[in-house]
Amino acid sequence: MREIALNILDIAENSVKAGADLIRVTVHAEHGMLTVVISDDGCGMDEEFLKRVTDPFTTTRTTRKVGMGIPLFKMAAEMAGGEFSLTSEKGVGTTVKATFVLDHIDRAPLGDMADTVVALIGGGGKADFVFDIAVDGKGFVFDTRELAAELDGVPVTEPDVLVFVRDMIKENMIDIGGEKL
Amino acid sequence: MKSIADIKAIREKMQSQINLRDNQDAERETRIVVGMATCGISAGARPVFNAFVDDIASRQLKNVKVTRTGCMGMCALEPIVEVHVPGEEPVTYVHVDPEKVRKIVANHIVNGNVCTEYLIGDNK
Repeated sequence: MREIALNILDIAENSVKAGADLIRVTVHAEHGMLTVVISDDGCGMDEEFLKRVTDPFTTTRTTRKVGMGIPLFKMAAEMAGGEFSLTSEKGVGTTVKATFVLDHIDRAPLGDMADTVVALIGGGGKADFVFDIAVDGKGFVFDTRELAAELDGVPVTEPDVLVFVRDMIKENMIDIGGEKL
Repeated sequence: MKSIADIKAIREKMQSQINLRDNQDAERETRIVVGMATCGISAGARPVFNAFVDDIASRQLKNVKVTRTGCMGMCALEPIVEVHVPGEEPVTYVHVDPEKVRKIVANHIVNGNVCTEYLIGDNK
């Protein structure tokens, strides 16, 4: 993965598959650290699966026996002097947290969060998303529930809506200095 | 700077189109499915998805929906895109990139000519 935003897309996609109604993605850069948290209210994992979840040969898929998303995200954080944690409870949900030292030479760039958001909300499904992004205390929050209320019945998956959302997030990212992360 | 409240103009434009579409047969919808598991994402599925969204929006194509799915089981051929046109066999494109997306939309989605050079059979 060349960007942390691609890891975020991959992990949040797991939340969609877990049947979550609400997926919250938080990206905060402050005090020299980048902290990424992806939490959902999906089906969660049992204790036995949770113990094995960072093993690349652990997956819920039945078609093959590798699951690289979580191990790659963990590796990206640890390579950049950060930490990775995953908490989950069956029937309650899952929270994935990764931290990165901002000026670490091996930290991948955050990348294009606007494209990641569009890929997540544009793919359909029932989940609502909250994206909370802040750089040194200056940030913005995008909530698909607010968007759906403004759209008054027009699906958020309409291409015109997605292009608007992407432009809006790009503008806000530039405003808070997030495009440099 | 844009905010969610600025979407009013798009909402008004889209509402009339949605109402029209609701009266049409839902089976007439063309579906574009982009594989977006770890393999697809690392191979470039995200810019492919966004390129389809851009092209469909700029061409104002109606009854065309872009959606995503998980691993299609052929990780080495990602990014993989399936195009489902009503009444026709599904078509699977492999090693798709944003440049190919423009050709797939123009030739296949708009004009009905499958881009045979990007099909799975020629790119294994």
